[in-house]
Amino acid sequence: MRFLEINLNHPAHYFTFGPFSVSAGNLAIIIFMFLIFAAALILPFPDHDEHKPQSSSREES
Amino acid sequence: MAAESSWTAKVRSATVEKFEPEDLLPDHQPAYVSSWIYVFGVLTIASLAMIILSGFVLTFEGPAWWHSSNVGHYVNSVHLWSVELFFIFMVVHLWGKFWMAAWRGKRLATWITGCLAFFASIITGFTGYIIQTNFDSQWIATQAKDGFNAMGIGAFFNTLNTGQAILLHVSLLPLVLGIIVVWHIILVRRKGVVPPMEEVDSATRSVETMEVKK
Repeated sequence: MRFLEINLNHPAHYFTFGPFSVSAGNLAIIIFMFLIFAAALILPFPDHDEHKPQSSSREES
Repeated sequence: MAAESSWTAKVRSATVEKFEPEDLLPDHQPAYVSSWIYVFGVLTIASLAMIILSGFVLTFEGPAWWHSSNVGHYVNSVHLWSVELFFIFMVVHLWGKFWMAAWRGKRLATWITGCLAFFASIITGFTGYIIQTNFDSQWIATQAKDGFNAMGIGAFFNTLNTGQAILLHVSLLPLVLGIIVVWHIILVRRKGVVPPMEEVDSATRSVETMEVKK
């Protein structure tokens, strides 16, 4: 498991775009949030076939 | 004294009768809820539960334990990463609800309590950063002190006062956040999950069609 260790005992790396500055860690989290947001919209949700008759009865009621 | 005029009857009619068990604990959801974007609210609550549970352990064991023992390091990390996931899930939940205009259908109070929960979470997170009792928290506390002084509120919120920060983080702010979150969930249950915009259009059309058939 030692190979999983990441040495964080150093100053953070920053990306600077003019007046805007963001650390590599924060940028990674922001990109990760965009990715899971896109995945939540794109990926199909598991379908429960056994519940289909119940859902149709609800629509009737 | 008539039963209707007693305060217990008034409280009952103002609360219990408005919160029907079928609304608070439903066993069916509309078909449009079968989407991953609707999962992030409950993921946020699950992360909050992990934060509270690990926070309880950290509170009872104390800083010497979470700094020195292996189990302490582990529980401290569980607390940190639960907060990271809490904010990630909450932000995705916020994006989803913003783009589907989740305040539609008289759900404005639900939207506002969600915003309040977001801001209360940020303040709670900040107080958590300054009670780590390490060099990182000392640095953050001194920087925050300058910020609060610049805003003119340094006399009320002294980030160098670790006792104040700890009390805010483990008692007052979780209480405030807990009340807002419970209020938010109750409103979601009472008003129902907001439908997608196209679902509202189709529902309106189907009702019009049914009325024409009648």
